Amino acid sequence: MKFLPETVLALALLAGGAQAQVVVGDGIPQPLTETAGDPARGRAIVASRQRGLCLLCHTGPFPEERFQGNLAPTLAGAGSRSTPAQLRLRLVDPRRLNPDSIMPPYFSTEGLTRVGANWVAKTVLTAQEIEDVIAFLSTLRE
Amino acid sequence: MRRLACLLLLLPAAALADERRSGSTYMSAETQAMQKDDTANPGMLWVQDGAALWSRKPAADKKACADCHGDAAASMKGVAARYPAFDAEQGRPVDLATRINLCREKHQQAAPFAAESESLLGLSAWLGLQSRGLPISPDPDPRSEPFREAGRRLYEQRMGQLNFACAQCHDDNAGKRLAGSVIPQAHPTGYPIYRLEWQGMGSLQRRLRNCMTGVRAEPFAYGAPEMVELELFLMSRAAGMTVETPGVRP
Ligand code: HEC
Ligand code: HEC
Ligand code: HEC
Repeated sequence: MKFLPETVLALALLAGGAQAQVVVGDGIPQPLTETAGDPARGRAIVASRQRGLCLLCHTGPFPEERFQGNLAPTLAGAGSRSTPAQLRLRLVDPRRLNPDSIMPPYFSTEGLTRVGANWVAKTVLTAQEIEDVIAFLSTLRE
Repeated sequence: MRRLACLLLLLPAAALADERRSGSTYMSAETQAMQKDDTANPGMLWVQDGAALWSRKPAADKKACADCHGDAAASMKGVAARYPAFDAEQGRPVDLATRINLCREKHQQAAPFAAESESLLGLSAWLGLQSRGLPISPDPDPRSEPFREAGRRLYEQRMGQLNFACAQCHDDNAGKRLAGSVIPQAHPTGYPIYRLEWQGMGSLQRRLRNCMTGVRAEPFAYGAPEMVELELFLMSRAAGMTVETPGVRP
């Protein structure tokens, strides 16, 4: 009885995205959360300048977004080019695919320098948001 | 013949020339015209305030800048093009704003102006104008060298939650679009600038703080040693480019 609170806490941490991200080959096959990603929420995150920031660099099928960057390839067809596992690793920490990538690590705080006070020890996206984005990207097929 | 051969040898180097571009060259024709025309350039209002401050005594028994330095067109010509410059008393390079404030304190026995205050921006713009059209000529003092190198390291270091180095945007991706903005090469040719988005004047350091916040990094404080080091490095990188102060930016 005495140790119950700790056990509950540990489970909560696991469910909250502290799950070990096991890299297999060039991907992370295991979803970060139990709840399946929601493509509609994922689309909103990708298009948002505050949340996803993706369109700072990428273009994509977002006719409503006037300003899209050209520092990165288009997101159109991303779901045909990569498996969900590959997309997961690419989003969690692109440095593991290409150490020089300019794409930000969306779910890793490893090795960061001089992070602003508002962002310290926080990942850009939450585990669930990563899953939402993967669900959306997987719908982008050529 | 020999002379011709020499000329021909020189040609490719000249043609390769300088790929450096001032930020103003990326602007729309209207904004460029606004910068060029002193009657339309809002930065000239700060220049006028600076000119007035230059000749005003901070108190009846104190000297005005002009009382010691005379005609700025002569005494301050080329000064802004050379800053930050090494200061023996401080034992390190100081930026132009700090230099102005050192005179305030040491020579006018007055309180230093606050960072980004209208007075400090006005005097900086007024001094900048005295170098307009001159080439950026970084401080030649060898004691500045280690600080310049520190600035280069900062420029190349990734920072912030988004994990970006200045160089990754301004060297590797200059000319490309970050959402709606073209990434300029980050040459400090026009500072302080009037920025339409700010509806006001701002220093180079304000611009650098914006870039740092943009990558979710903790920005360096105004006048911080790291800021001066970055400025020093940027000035060396832009050596020979023309001073355009007061610049206008969208
Ligand atoms: C700062 C720029 C930047 C941002 C922001 C960014 N990316 Fe990228 N992304 C890149 C670059 C550059 C590449 C090309 C590969 C590389 O260099 O890592 C890339 C590659 C990708 C790829 C693989 C390309 C392919 O073959 O389909 C995907 C998928 C991707 N990004 C998705 C995203 C999503 C989703 C977001 C937002 C959550 C995002 N990116 C935000 C720069 C960025
Ligand atoms: C993610 C890309 C990015 C990073 C990283 C970045 N900047 Fe910038 N910087 C920009 C953009 C975009 C502009 C132009 C902004 C605009 O026009 O609204 C700019 C503007 C500037 C300017 C003004 C140039 C002019 O002509 O007025 C300077 C100087 C500058 N940056 C220096 C730096 C320094 C130093 C760093 C590192 C501390 C840095 N930047 C980091 C994107 C970046
Ligand atoms: C009492 C005389 C005096 C007054 C008043 C004074 N200065 Fe100075 N200023 C100096 C001296 C002397 C130096 C040389 C450095 C030192 O000893 O501080 C100097 C240096 C400078 C420099 C650096 C020049 C260079 O070539 O590096 C600038 C810029 C400057 N002053 C601006 C100002 C401004 C702006 C004001 C008014 C706010 C001002 N000064 C008021 C005496 C004065």
